[in-house]
Amino acid sequence: MIVEIGHYALVLALALTLFQATVPLWGAIKRDSALVALGPYAAIAQLLLIGISFAALTHAYLGSDFSVANVYQNSHTLKPLIYKWSGVWGNHEGSMLLWVLILALFGAGVAIFSRNLPDDILGATLAVQAMIAAAFLAFLLFASNPFLRLAPAPFEGRDLNPILQDPGLAIHPPLLYLGYVGYSIVFSFAAGALIVGRIDAAFARMLRPWNLVAWITLTLGIAMGSYWAYYELGWGGYWFWDPVENASLMPWLTGTALLHSAIVMEKREALKIWTILLAIITFSLSLLGTFLVRSGVLTSVHAFAVDPERGLFILIILIAFIGGSFTLFALRARAMESGGLFAPVSREGALVLNNLFLAVASLAVLVGTLYPLALEGVTGQKISVGPPFFNLTVVPLMLPLFVAIPFGQRLAWKRGDLLGVTQRMGLAIGLSFIATLIAAYYIGRGPALAIVAIGLGIFILLASLDEIRERAMRGGTSGALRRLIGLPRTFVATALAHAGVGIMVIGIAFTAFEKEAILSMKPGESVKLGEYTLTLRGIAPYTGPNYTSTVARFSVHDGTREVAELRPAKRVYIGRQMPTSEVGRHRVGFSEVYVAIGETSDGAHVDLRAYWKPFVTLIWLGPALMALAGLLSLTDRRLRVGAPRVAARRPERLEPAE
Amino acid sequence: MTRKQKRLAILGGFGLVLVSALALILTGLRDQIVFFRAPSEVVAGKVKPGEAFRLGGLVEQGSVQREPNQMVRFRVTDGPNTIAVTYQGLLPDLFREGQGVVAEGKLDASGAFTASTVLARHDENYMPREVADALKKQGHWQPGKAEGAPKP
Repeated sequence: MIVEIGHYALVLALALTLFQATVPLWGAIKRDSALVALGPYAAIAQLLLIGISFAALTHAYLGSDFSVANVYQNSHTLKPLIYKWSGVWGNHEGSMLLWVLILALFGAGVAIFSRNLPDDILGATLAVQAMIAAAFLAFLLFASNPFLRLAPAPFEGRDLNPILQDPGLAIHPPLLYLGYVGYSIVFSFAAGALIVGRIDAAFARMLRPWNLVAWITLTLGIAMGSYWAYYELGWGGYWFWDPVENASLMPWLTGTALLHSAIVMEKREALKIWTILLAIITFSLSLLGTFLVRSGVLTSVHAFAVDPERGLFILIILIAFIGGSFTLFALRARAMESGGLFAPVSREGALVLNNLFLAVASLAVLVGTLYPLALEGVTGQKISVGPPFFNLTVVPLMLPLFVAIPFGQRLAWKRGDLLGVTQRMGLAIGLSFIATLIAAYYIGRGPALAIVAIGLGIFILLASLDEIRERAMRGGTSGALRRLIGLPRTFVATALAHAGVGIMVIGIAFTAFEKEAILSMKPGESVKLGEYTLTLRGIAPYTGPNYTSTVARFSVHDGTREVAELRPAKRVYIGRQMPTSEVGRHRVGFSEVYVAIGETSDGAHVDLRAYWKPFVTLIWLGPALMALAGLLSLTDRRLRVGAPRVAARRPERLEPAE
Repeated sequence: MTRKQKRLAILGGFGLVLVSALALILTGLRDQIVFFRAPSEVVAGKVKPGEAFRLGGLVEQGSVQREPNQMVRFRVTDGPNTIAVTYQGLLPDLFREGQGVVAEGKLDASGAFTASTVLARHDENYMPREVADALKKQGHWQPGKAEGAPKP
């Protein structure tokens, strides 16, 4: 019964989105605020309906209702509660339901914080958001319905893919989807502004909080996914340049570019066309990512439950939205005259440089990801484009961008003074030089390029933090603390986010100095990893709630002192008879000892892969700091959601091109 | 600098970045890609010794031999043809006889394949698409065999 209510709520939601996609739009075009006013109600009702639907599916999972095909295929009565819960989105249908739920969440968010939005833009934005929702609700109902029943109902489910039975599943997909789908509202704003024909600094202001929310969650989602792959797969890697990873990186790159170009649009009324274009491109890349991930047209190691026929449906949605928005863009492009001239060496210039490199890097990732598809379509040859390609293209594009960060954030608007900026960074440059020398001394021998990269990371980190110090100390030490607290939060956020980039660069550069040992060991044997010694103590079987496992017990010695005991394991899940690895890790500061075991065929030996990974956690702490900085920026009082109604005060400078 | 010169300088800089990025991408696409080959294609002589490629097919039943020092020998088949593979290292969790596999490596002069990596999948029902295509070509593909589940 509850399952049917969920199904029915989804049908109602589809009908409601069709209403929301047309009526407020008509109101926006005809300047009828009564019609526009219906939009927010529809958006909130839509969220409620999809929420009911999601709750119904969750209920079926928690109660292990195997008469629902989706639950049967992805759940098991023995599965721990948290995985019954997170298993709702651990499969294709459920994850698409989560997709539309988040879509509705953002629509309702705009509706709730709509008080200060101009009527016409609100109506058009909600209508575009509803069009996206309608397309994906139709996709859910007609091509991937999670509520289909099985008769007779099986006694036991087929269990969730064991790799997904990890707390990571509870957090990673929702975060990633919040980011992916969050760009839908950015897209809707851009399309709405294009429909209304009013694109100005006020628009950049309206866009800002939503853009930030999407960026924060996408940043966290990608970092979380990388961390999850690192400890769950047992390969010791954190990024594989896999198509599914690239699919999330592309919108992140253009989204980050958008975050920067929108600042120029907001402050200087320049880069309008480019900003709108980036908003459209970013969501298009999100849709492309959804298509690539869900259709399985590309071979990926992270592919779960793919289905090519459903892929075609998403491809049609993709083409319709990209085609439609670009047509709209082409029609309105002439109405967007740019203002604000600036010198090449200026804050604007630096932000343009940032955009150039991010966009080109995104292009390189796109080409590398789609090239195998194109080549196979044209010549029938099957190829794979792997890490060597991306390391050759993306890394050289990112390095100049990283070097430019500390300079760019110090340049003045309109006309900057590069020499003066460099002089002001004297302290930071000197300190990072010394720190790099010290680091190089401790590391000893190693690839020179990696040491340079560590130095670059330290420089970005110190120069960013130094800017906060410099601003606080301006005008003497007295009252520095008061000035520090009084600094605009957006300013502090910029510096912190850039410091996060530096931290991440340091972490990535240090992977060049990791120690690896792949070998076979008997109990009692030891292996040296950097300064640590790993000794196998014993191998024992263990039985968990829905798996059996072989656990190896290792002790970690620092010199003669035992510092930790690690218990990496090989699990075999009962439901699917599928083996997975559980990694054993010991953290020392920001560094880690990492052990994964393989088969124990004869019972006496165990094959293992062990690493010493210096400063590896910085790779994820950096992005975490970036996201935190984004959150800080979001709380800036001057720029809160629904901030001052700039649109009302400014005369309309652009007439709609009708 | 006059305004025109300035604009030219900016455009020139843009052009430089774009051109070098495109050069990087094109070089990468020429040198850094790996072809996918089925055993039959390898037997037909489509691959030169020493050229890196991806070999895909099924792990032949009863062919896996584990030796000391984590050496593994197995054979990859697409039905009519098989290629012997040696690999040193940890095999992925889902490596099994009779299952699909993709191994990246090179042929030596004698025609034996030494793998540098053996690729894993996260889902036991998931067959790498290239492998599925290669098997279909040889008429060995039975879709849904691994499923065995009632369909709604």
